[in-house]
Amino acid sequence: MSGHSTYQPQSRFMQWFERRLPIVSFMHASFVAYPTPRNLNYWWTFGGILSLMLAIQIVTGIVLAMHYTPHVDHAFVSVETIMRDVNYGWLLRYLHANGASMFFLAAYIHMFRGMYYGSYKDPREVLWILGVILLFLMIATGFMGYVLPWGQMSFWAAKVITSLFGAIPVVGDSIVTWLWGGYSVGNPTLNRFYSLHYLLPFVIAGVVILHVWALHEVGQNNPTGVEPKSDKETVPFTPYATVKDSFLMVVFLILLAWFVFYLPNYLGHADNYIPANPLVTPAHIVPEWYYLPFYAILRAIPSKLGGVIALGASIVILAFLPWLDTSRVRSAAYRPLYRQFFWIFVLVCIGLGWLGAKPAEGGYVIAARFLTAWYFLHFLVILPILGLIEKPKPLPNSISEAVLREGVPIGAPAPAPSGTKH
Amino acid sequence: MSPSRHILAAALAVALTAPLGPSAAIAAEAIAPPALSWSWSGPFGKFDRAQLQRGLRVYREVCQNCHGLTLVSFRNLAEPGGPGFTTAQAAAIAKEYKIKDGPNDQGEMFERDGRLADRFPAPWPNENAARAQHNGTVPPDLSVIAKARTYERGFPWFLIDIFTQYQEQGVDYLVALLKGYTDPPQGVELPPGTSYNTYFPGHAISMPPPLQDELVPYTDGAPQTIDQYAKDVAAFLAWAAEPHMEARKRIGFQVMIFLIVFAGLLYFTKKKVWADVHGHA
Ligand code: HEC
Ligand code: HEM
Repeated sequence: MSGHSTYQPQSRFMQWFERRLPIVSFMHASFVAYPTPRNLNYWWTFGGILSLMLAIQIVTGIVLAMHYTPHVDHAFVSVETIMRDVNYGWLLRYLHANGASMFFLAAYIHMFRGMYYGSYKDPREVLWILGVILLFLMIATGFMGYVLPWGQMSFWAAKVITSLFGAIPVVGDSIVTWLWGGYSVGNPTLNRFYSLHYLLPFVIAGVVILHVWALHEVGQNNPTGVEPKSDKETVPFTPYATVKDSFLMVVFLILLAWFVFYLPNYLGHADNYIPANPLVTPAHIVPEWYYLPFYAILRAIPSKLGGVIALGASIVILAFLPWLDTSRVRSAAYRPLYRQFFWIFVLVCIGLGWLGAKPAEGGYVIAARFLTAWYFLHFLVILPILGLIEKPKPLPNSISEAVLREGVPIGAPAPAPSGTKH
Repeated sequence: MSPSRHILAAALAVALTAPLGPSAAIAAEAIAPPALSWSWSGPFGKFDRAQLQRGLRVYREVCQNCHGLTLVSFRNLAEPGGPGFTTAQAAAIAKEYKIKDGPNDQGEMFERDGRLADRFPAPWPNENAARAQHNGTVPPDLSVIAKARTYERGFPWFLIDIFTQYQEQGVDYLVALLKGYTDPPQGVELPPGTSYNTYFPGHAISMPPPLQDELVPYTDGAPQTIDQYAKDVAAFLAWAAEPHMEARKRIGFQVMIFLIVFAGLLYFTKKKVWADVHGHA
C-alpha cells in the first residue's frame, strides 16, 4: 500500500507525528497519490459503492440495535415499535433492510465486472479470493439479520436453512441441535443469530481492509486488461477516482432512496409482517431475492445432501476461477467467444434467480436443473476449454494504444500527482 | 392501475398460463383482487382524513369485537399524517376503553380508563380464549395487516410496479376480502362455522361476513354501503400499518431533490477534473 506517497508533513507537529506513527502518509499513499489506470470505466466505482453501503449498514445497524429486543416474545413488537415510536425509526429500519438489498446488488455487479474483465487473474488471485470470502460473509450476515424481526419468513427461513446441515451424514442432526441451541428454532437460536449478526459486519470490515490492501499491492486492472506501462497511463486517486466514485455513489444512493422512501416493502416479503408461528407453515417459503439463484440450485438437486453440496459448491467454485479460466488474455473485450459465454452466464444467473422464487414443481424443476448444470459447466468445462481454443483479438501494447485505436487522441502527459497540496 | 392495463394483464395471464394445464388451474384459484385507486398512492399521496375517521369508526363498531389493534396508541390518532383528531378528541376516544393495569399498592390488578399513551386493547384476554370463540381460529391483530397480505403480481407487473410505485396490494386485498362473500359454488362443501369468500386463500373463512349496508352510521354524508365501509376501514388499516407514511414520502421527495442536484454537481465537477485527461473518463 505504501510506496506511492509524496506526502511531506509541513508543520512541526505533523513532522513529529509522522516519525512516530506514519498514518497520515499511509492514508495519503492509499487514497490520494495511489495511481489508478486512466481508462477505468464506471464499473470500477462499485468497490467504493460497496464500502459506502457497508458503512451505512453498520451505522444504521448500531442504532437499530439500541432499540431492538432479541427475544422470541418481544422481537416482532420491538421492531414495530422502532417503526412507530422511535424518532425516524422507520427511516433507520427501511434504510437497513433496503440497504442490504442494494449491498448485494452492488456486490453482484462488482463480481460480474471482475469476471468480464478477468480481474481475478494473475496477480489478483488473492484479491479475488478475499472477495469470495466477503461474499460468503455477506450471505451469512444477511441471513442472520433477516431472522431478527421474527416474522413468519424469519422463522421459517431460519428453520429451513439450518435444517440443511441435517443432511450431513452421521453428525448432521447433532450439528443442527448445536446450531439451534436446543431441539427446535427458538430463543437461543435468535440470541446467537443476533450476536453473530452484530459481529460479522466488523469481520467483513476487516476483510475489506485486506481486500483493499491486496488491491493496492497489485494495482487495479482496467478495461483493456493490459497493465499500465508508465505514469502516463495512470492518474492519481485523488482527485480523479475520488470525484468519479463520489458521483456514482450519489447516483446509487438515488436508487436506494427510491426504495427506502417510496417502495420500502417492495423487496421484502409480506409474510414477514406476520409474527413467527412454529405451528403454521407459510404456503411458500421464499428467501430474499439476493439468495434466489442459490436457492434454485439447492432445490434443483433431487437429494437433500446433493442439494446442500451443490449450494456450497456454487460459491466455493468462484474461489477457483483464477485457475479454471485458462486464457492468458484478461479482458473480455479481446475474447470474442468468452464475451458471449459471459453474457449467457449472466442470463443463467438471472434465470436461476427467477426460478428460485417459483414453486419447485413441474417445468420449473426441469429448467432449474438445466440452468444449474450450465452454471457448473461454465466453470468446469466452458472456461477451461475456451482458453485453449479461442483465438483472442490482438492485444494493444499499452493502454494508450488501446485508447488511440478507439479513435480518441492521446493528449498531454497525465497531470502531475496532486499529492503535494493538502 | 387503469382498466386497459387490467385487460392487458388478464390477456397476458391467460396467454401465459393456458398451455400449463393442471398447475394453471391451481394458479387460477388465487384470484387477484381488483386494484383500486387510493388517495395516498404515488410519491405525493396523502391519507384522506375524513376517510380515516370513518374507517376508525367501522373498526370500533365492527371489527373490534373480534380483532385487536394492539400496536396503535390512542395518541397516534392525533399525530400529524393520521386521521387528524385533536388531542382532546383522541383522549376522549381513549377514555371510552377500559385498560387493565396494576398491580396496585394492595397487589391487585385493576381496570382504569384509557389514556393517550395506551394502545388499543385486544378484545380477548389470550389466544386460546379467541380460539374458543371463533371456530378454532385467532382473528389476527389488524395493526400491520395491510402490509402482511399481498398477492402475486407476476411478470412483468412486478417490474412495472417499481416505476409506478404500486404497493397497495395489501389494502386492495382487504377490500376484496370484506366484499368477497358469496354463496359457495355448486358442489363445494364448507367446513362447519365457515363462510365462502372468493378472495380468501382456500375460500373457507372462519370470519362471518362482518359488514352489511347501513350497519355503521356516518355523519359526513358518505354512503353507508358495504363498499364504502370496506374501503374506509381498509384505508384506516393502511394508515395503522404505516403511520409515518406521509412524513416518509415528504422527506423522500426532499432527499431525492438533494441527491439529484448533488449528483449533477458531482457530474460537472468530475467532467472538469477529468478534462485534462484524454481518453476514457
Ligand atoms: C365475529 C368476529 C369478527 C369480526 C366482527 C371481524 N372479523 Fe375479521 N376475522 C375473524 C376471524 C375468526 C378471522 C380468522 C379467519 C380464518 O383464518 O379463517 C378473521 C380474519 C380476518 C382477516 C384476515 C384474513 C386473511 O387473509 O387471513 C382480516 C384482514 C380481517 N379479519 C379483517 C376484518 C375487518 C376489517 C373487520 C371489520 C370490518 C373484521 N375482520 C371483523 C373474525 C372477525
Ligand atoms: C464487502 C463487500 C466488498 C467491498 C466493500 C469491496 C471493496 C472493493 C474496493 C473498494 C475495490 C476497488 C475499487 C473497484 O475496483 O471497484 C475492490 C476491487 C475488487 N474487488 Fe471487491 N469488495 C467487496 C466484495 C467483493 C466480492 C464479493 C468480490 C468477488 C468475489 C470482489 C472482487 C474484487 C476484485 C477482483 C477487485 C479488483 C478489481 C479490479 O481491479 O479490476 N470484491 N473491492
